[in-house]
Amino acid sequence: MSQTLFEKVWNDHAVRELPSGQTQLFVGLHLVHEVTSPQAFQMLRDRGLDVMYPERTFATVDHIIPTDQLQRPLRDDLAEEMIVAIERNTGDFGISYFDMNADYQGIVHVIGPELGLTQPGMTIACGDSHTSTHGAFGNIAFGIGTSQVRDVLATQCLAMSKPRVRRIDVRGALAQGVYAKDLTLFIIRRLGVKGGVGYAYEYGGEVLDRMNMEERMSVCNMSIEGGARCGYVNPDQTTFDYLRGRPKVPSGPEFDRAMDWWKSKASGADAEYDDVVDIDGSGIAPTVTWGINPGQSAAVDEHIPAPADFPESERSGVEEALEYMDLTSGRPIAGIPIDVAFVGSCTNSRISDLREAARVIGGRKVKDGVKALVVPGSRAVRTQAEEEGLHELFLEAGFEWRQAGCSMCLAMNPDKLVGREVCASSSNRNFKGRQGSPTGRTLLMSPAMVAAAAVAGEVTDVRPLLN
Amino acid sequence: MTHTAAQATDSNTRVKINGRGVPVRGQDIDTDRIIPARYLRTVTFDGLGDHAFEDDRQSADPPHPFDDPRFSGARVLIANRNFGCGSSREHAPQALMRWGIAVFVAESFAEIFFGNCVAMGLPCLTASAEGVSELMAAVEEDPSRELAVDIAAQTITVDGRSIEATMPSGPREQLIKGEWDALGQLLAARDEIAARAGKLPYVRGFR
Repeated sequence: MSQTLFEKVWNDHAVRELPSGQTQLFVGLHLVHEVTSPQAFQMLRDRGLDVMYPERTFATVDHIIPTDQLQRPLRDDLAEEMIVAIERNTGDFGISYFDMNADYQGIVHVIGPELGLTQPGMTIACGDSHTSTHGAFGNIAFGIGTSQVRDVLATQCLAMSKPRVRRIDVRGALAQGVYAKDLTLFIIRRLGVKGGVGYAYEYGGEVLDRMNMEERMSVCNMSIEGGARCGYVNPDQTTFDYLRGRPKVPSGPEFDRAMDWWKSKASGADAEYDDVVDIDGSGIAPTVTWGINPGQSAAVDEHIPAPADFPESERSGVEEALEYMDLTSGRPIAGIPIDVAFVGSCTNSRISDLREAARVIGGRKVKDGVKALVVPGSRAVRTQAEEEGLHELFLEAGFEWRQAGCSMCLAMNPDKLVGREVCASSSNRNFKGRQGSPTGRTLLMSPAMVAAAAVAGEVTDVRPLLN
Repeated sequence: MTHTAAQATDSNTRVKINGRGVPVRGQDIDTDRIIPARYLRTVTFDGLGDHAFEDDRQSADPPHPFDDPRFSGARVLIANRNFGCGSSREHAPQALMRWGIAVFVAESFAEIFFGNCVAMGLPCLTASAEGVSELMAAVEEDPSRELAVDIAAQTITVDGRSIEATMPSGPREQLIKGEWDALGQLLAARDEIAARAGKLPYVRGFR
């Protein structure tokens, strides 16, 4: 019997077993950003420790970036202090740092793959739960806390317990107007927000085989929203074609050797999994969240459910969600009015996301009274979109066209909801207060559905707009 | 900068923790609620305790348990299912610890939150829904009740009644022995780390 990718990569990186029974795991790539690292660098200084593999460590700044103007000093003194700290820390410890003006500036989970830092067969860690994004390339990538950031800086290792592996097999084909985002929301709805606790997810099947790398990244990105600490797709020709020619990917004979090694890491055809879930991708519709966690979603042509539709143990959570969202059971999902439309975040801010949003808009205009913004995930995405003229289409429609950053996904920068605003958002979390207003409301959906909502001023099915 | 061996163990151990409880009811309480992102605009963890559950506290009616004077000084946070889900921010357990929490008991925890807590020496014990419900009722009825959390015996005792509250053996042993700070152990394998790295073709640039 052959092994899964997860087992192979885990074994390749296992340094030894620790007394606790955990594995000391070597980390091949450590990505660092300004929010979860300053305390870790301070812990190193307190203990007189160095960074063990600075050449395997790359840093950037993304969460606090103001996307309306990239100018130092930042208007927010606290944010400026964080940038100064990461500049000093990366300088003192000899770590490569992509600053606000670098060609590859952007969200850490967008620029890692763009640079070709993210590769198959690696272990990747970052002090950010959406590190699972990188698993799209066929590696083990997970989010860690600040004490673990310290551990990786000092030792390039983590103390980890080995999770089980669940294969999620997606058959069929996604219909027109149905995207990677809809698939991932569907999976979380089906398996629950804690369904993945203790598991690594392997996504596969016809639907994943046909996806491009950006779509695979959107799926892996939200693994953590389903409770799984990491998710991955086996590397294939699509992966290798994406990587060829990227700045940090070897070229010439080294690329061929790399490709052979990467291929050897894919799960064997007869690999055994701890659990297998089978999903019919053809049956998925555009999906929208109505609640306060990413598992509380429904197809755009469904209605808001009632607490009684759920098992007893979930009812109080549903009641809490409906009250916070001010939505009534039985009303259609379509037609929920929105105030803000946000295309962006590490889930959906890549060029294919922007192209789909642009395609929906066509020559249409953003509805009066709706604030709409497009925030590319990186400077490279922004440049590419401008070369294709997408920015003009967005601007003419009434969208704001912003600089790259995390923006309105998490409100650590000036982009925030105000009061009870409802936001159609291509981001990953609809938690209470997530988008910066303690009473703000988030409806998660695909970038195409966000564009459709921006035009209609309410949640609307994107499918008729694509015909 | 020179390498010096990090402190492998803390002189403190986590075997028994006694204290009053504070119930934080609700499923899937995420780290954005525990510490809203705007308070992450900092380069230290100082002062986070003041902002634990800030937005929930502002909007709570009746007052949030963290604002209820009967629960001030509580050390045992009692929660429901999937506590600490969402972001990897260690700021969440740091905020709760700085508010005064020393141990968590819940129906279940999100994985990264659990790992962050263990790395900080904060035990996270899992009890059944009935067990959690009983503990919540006990401290709500009389907030002055003392809970005796025994991490080694995996029990929480209140008013002479013991409730089972478990933790996986690995992290439990780490806490009991005072070895939750993994850094010392990881550093001790310096040669093995280099050997492992040397076998990875990508570390050598596939040359």
